[in-house]
Amino acid sequence: MDIFYPIQISVNWLVYTLFNLKGSIFGEALNFFIYDSIKIFILLAVIIFAVSYIRTYLAPEKVKKILSKRFEIFGNMTASTIGIFTPFCSCSAVPLFIGFVESGVPLGVTFSYLIAAPLINEVAAALLWGLFGWEIALLYIASGWIISVVAGFILGKMHLEKYVEDYVYNIKVKQNLKLEKKTKKQRAKEAYGEVKSIIKRVFPYVLIGIAIGAFIHGYAPENLLTNIAGKGHWLAVPIAVLIGVPLYSNAAGVIPIVSSLIEKGLPLGTALAFMMAVVALSLPEIIILRKVLKPKLLIIYVTIVTAGIIFTGYLFNFLI
Amino acid sequence: MKIKILGSGCPNCKVLEANTKQAVEELKIKANVEKVTDITKIMEYGIMSTPALVIDEKVVSYGRVLTSEEIKKFLK
Repeated sequence: MDIFYPIQISVNWLVYTLFNLKGSIFGEALNFFIYDSIKIFILLAVIIFAVSYIRTYLAPEKVKKILSKRFEIFGNMTASTIGIFTPFCSCSAVPLFIGFVESGVPLGVTFSYLIAAPLINEVAAALLWGLFGWEIALLYIASGWIISVVAGFILGKMHLEKYVEDYVYNIKVKQNLKLEKKTKKQRAKEAYGEVKSIIKRVFPYVLIGIAIGAFIHGYAPENLLTNIAGKGHWLAVPIAVLIGVPLYSNAAGVIPIVSSLIEKGLPLGTALAFMMAVVALSLPEIIILRKVLKPKLLIIYVTIVTAGIIFTGYLFNFLI
Repeated sequence: MKIKILGSGCPNCKVLEANTKQAVEELKIKANVEKVTDITKIMEYGIMSTPALVIDEKVVSYGRVLTSEEIKKFLK
């Protein structure tokens, strides 16, 4: 049984019986809005808590020790797996990059981590779960993981070390850091703090996104996008990716809108590629990475990740 | 006492700096609070998550915004 079934019943009662809106398009949209909001915030709280709790075991200072001992494809796999649980804010990209390179983590492995951390994001996973079901959320995580493993592996094979800014290799760590030991209670407290701060940050976007999604759900014509962005239009995937890159800060708001667009004929692969572009590549991140990467490497990095996302989009359009 | 706040200027670093200054003031100790924003200097301390708090060249906390109460424990 669907664990959210009791919520659906309560919302039905509220909208159809109490507000007496049964049968109207507005009632339909309102029901959709209230039910989706409740469901998504429950999922967000649970998933962020779980991921943040696991993350307390994966401080970057510890991760770099793990990764410096692994090479080649296993390193890429480990890095991408750890990247699932770590968030990524553009302000931490530079210290992360330098710290990894300095402690001997191979460049390709470092990139796997740098790609996976923002690409596989717990807020996006929670939203996908809430709006499409856990299968799609899992599909998103799995394809993000494969993209970061493969992209990092290719980057590693290209031997691009000379395109890292030279000063990065001259930094020497002077003191050995003692890793903090935490009790279970401290970890839970930290995870709870994360839940509060992330939900506070994303909740206006999520609500606006769900509201627009509910509007589209109720009012937009059934085949709105089938003709302009359906499977027959092979350019739709790259265009969706190009639109997605600058939308980083609104990832939380974009997904509910996209979910409604799928009902109106947007193919799932195109939608997934669009959402991945929103979370994985962002202008502020690219600008910040310029501090440690020479332009050529930066361009190669962005190109490989973009190509990976576009490929995933086509693959899902083809398969589903 | 020499206190350093390591961070490349993100909002969290400013909060940590303010909390540190508050802790120093409330304890009425003589301390020099300095902000380090140069990434090469920050990396020399071996940390990867900012902001970090350094007291007399020892990293006491990193990747977390401490409250002024928490900072006081390190200062005593």
